[in-house]
Order: sequence, then C-alpha cells, then structure tokens
Amino acid sequence: MSELPEQGQRVGTLETDNSKTVEGVLPEGWEMVIGLEVHVELATTTKLFCGCANNFGDEPNTNICPTCLGLPGSLPVPNKQAIEFAMTLGRALNCTVLPSIFARKNYFYPDMPKDFQTTQFEEPTNAEGFVQLPNGRSVGIERAHIEEDTGKSTHLGGGGRIHDATATLVDYNRAGVPLVEIVSHPVMHDAETARAYVAELRDILLATGVSDARMEEGSMRVDANVSVRPIGNDELRTRCEVKNINSLRSLGRAINYEARRHVDLWTNGEEPKQETRHWDEDGGRSTSGRSKEDADDYRYFACPDLPPLTPTAEDIAAIDAALPALPAARRSALAAAAGVEIADTTLTVERGLDMLVIGAIQAGADATVAMKHADQNLSDGQGQLTLESFAALVVMEVDGLLSSTQVKTVLGELVANGGAPGDIASSMGFEAMDTTELASLLDGIIATSPDEWARFLEGDRKVQGHFVGQIMKATQGKADGKVVNQLMTQRANQG
Amino acid sequence: MSGAQELAASIRSGVQSAVAVADASFGAINERDDEIHAFLHLTKQRAQIQAQAVDDAVANGNDPGPLAGVPIAIKDNMCTRGEPTTCSSKILEGWRPPYDATVIGRLEAAGAVIVGKTNLDEFAMGSSTENSAFGPTRNPHDTTRVPGGSSGGSAAAVAADFVPLSLGSDTGGSIRQPAALCGVVGVKPTYGAVSRYGLIAFASSLDQIGPFAQNVTDAALCFDVISGHDPMDATSIPNPLTPTLPTVNDGVAGMRIGLVDELMGEGIDDDVIARTNQAAEALTAAGATVERVSIPATIYGLAAYYLIAPAEASSNLARFDGVRYGQRVEGQNVAAMNVATRSAGFGDEVKRRIMLGTYALSSGYYDAYYGKAQRVRTLIANEFATAYESFDLLLSPTSPSTAFEIGAKSDPMALYMCDVCTIPSNLAGHPAMSVPFGVGDDGLPVGVQILAPMLEEARMFKAAKALEDAAKGMS
Ligand SMILES: [Zn+2]
Repeated sequence: MSELPEQGQRVGTLETDNSKTVEGVLPEGWEMVIGLEVHVELATTTKLFCGCANNFGDEPNTNICPTCLGLPGSLPVPNKQAIEFAMTLGRALNCTVLPSIFARKNYFYPDMPKDFQTTQFEEPTNAEGFVQLPNGRSVGIERAHIEEDTGKSTHLGGGGRIHDATATLVDYNRAGVPLVEIVSHPVMHDAETARAYVAELRDILLATGVSDARMEEGSMRVDANVSVRPIGNDELRTRCEVKNINSLRSLGRAINYEARRHVDLWTNGEEPKQETRHWDEDGGRSTSGRSKEDADDYRYFACPDLPPLTPTAEDIAAIDAALPALPAARRSALAAAAGVEIADTTLTVERGLDMLVIGAIQAGADATVAMKHADQNLSDGQGQLTLESFAALVVMEVDGLLSSTQVKTVLGELVANGGAPGDIASSMGFEAMDTTELASLLDGIIATSPDEWARFLEGDRKVQGHFVGQIMKATQGKADGKVVNQLMTQRANQG
Repeated sequence: MSGAQELAASIRSGVQSAVAVADASFGAINERDDEIHAFLHLTKQRAQIQAQAVDDAVANGNDPGPLAGVPIAIKDNMCTRGEPTTCSSKILEGWRPPYDATVIGRLEAAGAVIVGKTNLDEFAMGSSTENSAFGPTRNPHDTTRVPGGSSGGSAAAVAADFVPLSLGSDTGGSIRQPAALCGVVGVKPTYGAVSRYGLIAFASSLDQIGPFAQNVTDAALCFDVISGHDPMDATSIPNPLTPTLPTVNDGVAGMRIGLVDELMGEGIDDDVIARTNQAAEALTAAGATVERVSIPATIYGLAAYYLIAPAEASSNLARFDGVRYGQRVEGQNVAAMNVATRSAGFGDEVKRRIMLGTYALSSGYYDAYYGKAQRVRTLIANEFATAYESFDLLLSPTSPSTAFEIGAKSDPMALYMCDVCTIPSNLAGHPAMSVPFGVGDDGLPVGVQILAPMLEEARMFKAAKALEDAAKGMS
C-alpha cells in the first residue's frame, strides 16, 4: 500500500515520551523546536490557472500554453477543482475555510515564467487547524494555502546547482501545477514526531484523494524549520530551513543533524545563521544555502488578475459532507470497537482493514484475534476476504476447531480466492485433532525423548519447542500448539 | 473614408468590396503615415485574407457581421497571432505571439479587417506617444504636436482617416486623452466589460480596452462587438451586457448631469473650461439638467494612481527577463543576463515606473504608499457612488489642454498632470469617454469627458451623441 520504505517504523511504534527520544540526539538540557512546511501537489486534471494537463512524467514542455508560460498578455483563471481540493484538504486538517486572496510573490527565477509566484499571503484559504497523531498528540497547523508550482530546472555542468551550471534546461510542464502548502506551528520537539506528522499528512492526502503524496516524485515536499533551545525556555531561537528532504528517513536524519549542529554552535558561544540549508542524504549533513539576511523582499500584493475566493457556508457544508472517514477518526472507532489503545490501531487503519475488523467484531469475532490477523497476516490487504468469512474463521479458531497454523493457511486462501472458511478447511483436510489422539502422540514422544522430558520436569521451558515440533511433524501441522502445551503441563503435573 | 457603420452596410449589400476598402485604407496609410507614424507594423496579408473572406461571405449570401469589411487598427500592446506585438519596446522586438487577444477574435468574427498595429508610449506608460522606442507619433491636426497617449497611434490613425475605427487601452486616460487631442471619440469601458486576455498588462486592475471612432455611433457599434464575458479573463463581468447601439439616439431629456467642480479649476486651461461649460449648456438645451457637483477625493486620484499603477507594473513587467522571448543580452550568469537584458531593453520612463512601483511595494513602505493609495481608491469610488445617487452622469474636461508641442513636456511630472481628469474613472472602475467639442484658442480639438456609473455605457453613449449633435450645430 505504501511506497515509502519507512512504513514498518511508523507512528504505531512511536516513543510517546518526549524526553526519551530526544535523549541520545541532543545533550541533556536542550530541546528541538521543529516546524514543517509541506508542499503538496494536488491531483487535479488540469493546472491551477489554465487548461493544461497536470500529468507527472510527460515529455518536457508538452503541457504548456500562454498562461502557464507567462506569455505577455496571458491571464490566469482559477481551476474550480483545485480550489475544491484545497478546501477539502483544509477541512480534513480541521482548518477553518476562509474567504481568501491570491497574492503575488515577486522574485526572479528562470523556472518561474512570470517572475512572480501566485500564492496566498495574508489571507489563506485554510487557517488554524490540527493533525491528530496516532499517539494521541496533535500538531497545530497555522495555514494551508493554495499556490502554483514553478517549472523544473535541470542544471548542467558544475555541481548540479544554478550558480555553477554551464547551462540550465527548464521543463514548464510543472509550471502552474496546483500546490497546497501546509505550514505547521513550530510545536514539534523530536524527529519521530515530525515523521509521524508527515506520515499522517500523507495518509490524510491519500484518504481524501486530493494528492498522490509521493515524496520521491516530488508531489509531497517537506522543508523543516529547525532550531534548538534550553529545555524549559519558551523562546524561539534562530532557525534554519532545511530543504531537499526526499523521504521520511531523510526527514528524521536531517532534523537530528541540524539540531545537533545548532547545539554545538550555541555551546561554543556561536550563533547559527538564519539561512536555507540543503540536506545531503549521502553525506548525512546539511550544507549552507542562501542566507535569509540577503533574501529578496518579495513585495507581496493582492494579484489584480484574480478576484477573491469567497466560499459560501453551503460550499463548505458540501465539502464537509463529501469528506471520507479520516485516519484519526477511523483509529478511534477501531480502538473503541476492539477495546485497544489508539496507538495499536495504526497499522490496521493504514492497511484499510479497520472496517473489516470492526465488522467482524460486530459479527461475533473475538477482537484480539481479529486484530492479530489484521496486524500479522493481512499485510497485503483483505483481497477476496469478506467480513462474514473473516468473522466465521475467527470464531472457528477461538472454538479450537482449527490450529493457528491451519487458520493462517485458510486465511491465505480466503484472501486469494474467497469462499467459506468451513468449506476450505474441510477441503484441505483440516479436521480438529482429538485431544486424546494428541495425548497418546505425546506419550510416544516422551518415551523416545527421556532426557528432554526430564529437563522439562525440572522447569526448563526451552525444551517445550522440541515436543511441539515433533507433534507438528507427526500431524503435518494439524495440531494446535496451545493444546499441546496444555497437555504437557497436565502430564507434568500428573508426575 | 466613411464611418464604420456606413462602410459595413455598403459592404454587406455588395456596393463595395471589403478588399477594395482594405486597399483604400492601406493607400491612405501609405500616403501619409511616413509623416504621422501612427503604425508600427501593417498586417497586410492577414487583412487581405480576412477581407476576401468577408467578400466571399457576401457573395455566398452569408452575414459577415456588423463590422463587415471595416478596417481597424490595433494598439501594439494587444497580441496578434504571428504578427509582431512590441508594446513599442525594444525588449519585445522580434516577438510574435502564438495567440490572439480575445478582442482580436471578436473583431474578426464580426467581419472587421485588422490593418496594422499602432504606436504607443512604451508599455502604455505616457501621455504623448513620445516614449516609444520606435519614434513618436504626430498629431494629424498639427504634426508639430503630440497626439496624446499612450494610445496615440490608434487615435492618430482614426483622426488621419486611415481607418474609421481603432482599439486602444486606457489605464489612466490613455484612450480618452489622445481622443481629445486628436478630435475623435474615445471610450474607456467599465472595468471588466471588455476582456483583457491578450492585452499586455501595464496595471492589471486599471487597464481596459476600448474603441476610438470618428463618431459616437461607430464607437457604440465597436463597443458592442468587443464587450461581453470572456472565460479567459477572471476579472471579466459574467453578466450579459446591454447593447448600446440601439439606444444611442435616445437623447438626454430628463437626465441629471453633474459638472465636476474639482476638474473645472486650477491646472485646466481656460479655453478647455469654456468648451466644457458650453457642452453643459448644450446638454441643458437638449433637455438635461446640469448642476455643479463636488467630488473632493478626485484631487488625490493622481497621487494614488502613480503608486498603484507603477506597483502593478513592476510585477507585470518582471517577466521580460530575456529567458524565453524577446530581446536577450547575455551575461555571466542568469542574474547578470536578466539585468543586462532589462537595462538595454526598457526605456527610461518604464525603468522609472518599475523603480517607483518596486519601492511602493517594499516591506516597510507598503502601508504608507501602496496601502494608502488603495484606501484613496476606495474613497474615490465611494464619493462617485454618492454623486451617482443624485446624478445620472458626470461631465468634465478630458485633458487640461489641447495638443502640445512635441518635446514641450520633458519633465515627467508635467506629463503625469495630463491625466488628472481621466484617472478617477480608472480608479473607480467606471466607464468614461471623450467626445470632441469645438476647438481651443489654438484651433486644435477640445474633448469633453462624460463619466457614467458601472455598466451604464448605454446612458453614456446617449449623452455623447447629444453632444456630438450639438457640436455639429456649432460649426
Ligand atoms: Zn497552461
């Protein structure tokens, strides 16, 4: 389901005690202050202000027109779908959708055709929301505003950056692609939370369908604003903006590196320079980019070509009505149905198995067993498995009609081809083993393994596996390991 | 050459051919434009094809449209596919747009024949058409004088009878002031009535395309053709507009017209004030009531305009960076190339306004300059709204003086003052037009300005026609 390699280390396994995660990264007494700016490309059919196709990976400079090339005389017209996607995202981030104004951010850059970027400044579409993380904490969102993407430059020669390039090629297919920039408050204090936040954003984007949220293709781009301060201090010290972060793994590494660098500077009596820094994943370090001190004055002003966006209460109600169930709400619902902690529901929700599990529980399945299968045996999703057959299978397992190994096999078959679990079990010859039959098998094995049995009687539980393994071999896996363990304990007590 | 309406009627009825009319237009241009320099570029081939298409339509019994075969000149800041479009700037020399402005498509769909692109002050910044990288345009009434600006080429082309119609653009008076100085009709429509798609922006919130004509009826006819909603312009008014031509002869009986106090005093020449008072009397004689009205904020219009327009221009003109089109002067890196290109490509007035606008938007100065100018703009709109509670239309001079000598106004501030009467309508977004009304002490044309509330072009044209009729009676 996910294309990100970090999935296994996701938020469900997050350390919730803040001080513990900081330990080992920063010297005692220091804490990080992290705010993230996440740019998301909206998966609209056409670009933000013209009718050109919004397609990643097309032949360069094929999806272009006078407007997205910024030709003299061309004008922008807002794309209704992009505005709706942005408002949908805003509502999914618990933001207030407000009347908003497009502004021009003026600076010269060759991949920006008009030499200004149309964005939102003082009046963004979405303001003040939050993202609820699986560990229960929430991260405040300052704003989520709409803006246009620039073209994509490829610098030839030199180090691949504009200042030492011998030539630069520009692909304007990306120019004018709709973006939403989600700006968090600087409220995160460790890399793990930052990663959990970005992972959660990605899940929200996928759930709402407004973006495909692929970090490696650049449809989700994360810049980290990092500073440090002594713990117990509210001040915001000089921050650096770290760019070129292309994965969740890079995000964590970049934040930890940058924070450590700041602490080193402060402890040496120096002060970090406010600047943009470039994350070098291979070198595992950030390098100095443009200094903010000599940054452009962007001369923002309301774009006179674009009337204000004034969504009505009905527009917002329609957006709300169309919102799908979001990950946080789904985790809460699953936790309530299964009687587990919210943090333990992450994987199931992420795999989209929450409705299956909740349904099975309502149909009489044991919650713990159902959750166990969702976590351990359904990593590729439910496939052909229906709610009814899943519930029936869990009931059979709890009733001891099938061993856990058999359950796994039947479950695999149900996912692959569907069907009824009882029929599949019979056709595979999975009849529940008679306990007396197992007891006599156990007697035979005790007779041939007297040393192991003596050690078991002395309390060495490690040899238990020997007996279970032998029985499994003899029954071709049909025996229930738990029953074998019970029989061994009974036999030992009998002396 | 006869008026547009008459020409179209004779072509539609087969009395004369569109091809012959186009030839006559090119003949007139050929004869006198060396002296006037109204045109930067003639679109002969395009005109030939379009005129032939009109004649074919007539021959086949089809309706070629209300402007059938009417030659029209286009200010060279409107994009014409495949034809040079320079804004009278070296920075765009050699560029040929791959698309037509919306107004071009509408004109040709109505049968008009585009004969060429006219001279202007570079990027429409000026009031004399002296700030053209390709040399000034001269006033056909006296070639030692300016035609006004920035749409001086389009005004002169109509005044010299090269064409019966032309298009200009008006950001602070760039249609009305040259119309006054050249003795023709010039219309600045309601902001959003005519699509700006394909008009190379000077100040986007103020720019509006409008017609020049030899008479009010032709101006109304052309306005009806080019106006109306365009989905390519987000600031275009979505509602259908009322046609103005059918009511142009309805007169002014019962109309209440206000003569704007603040535009009838200091800085306006006596002969111009005298003609404007005569125009007021003529309207009274035609059945209107005319009273003086005070709109105090208009006196701040000029100051507000010279912050807002340059601010928007500084952003609109950023794209002329040498990267994708037009002139490029090489440099050691991209930034150096940008600087070299812009330094060589822009003229002094354009550079002056880019610097002014950049400063007005700078952090720390924004509120004091751009912010305050925007508040003045709101104030002017509010005062107009109050005035229009008591008046149907307003009246004022168009230009403080008749056409002045070429080179007479070397001080930029003196030139800026030319727009004092016209700027308030741009700031408010209201329509206004200039109608010739007699001559000044120097024998050169005087124009009076009729101002109307939003989308009341039809009412404005009625008063303009009444003045035109009265002016005919005077001479
Ligand atoms: Zn496009």
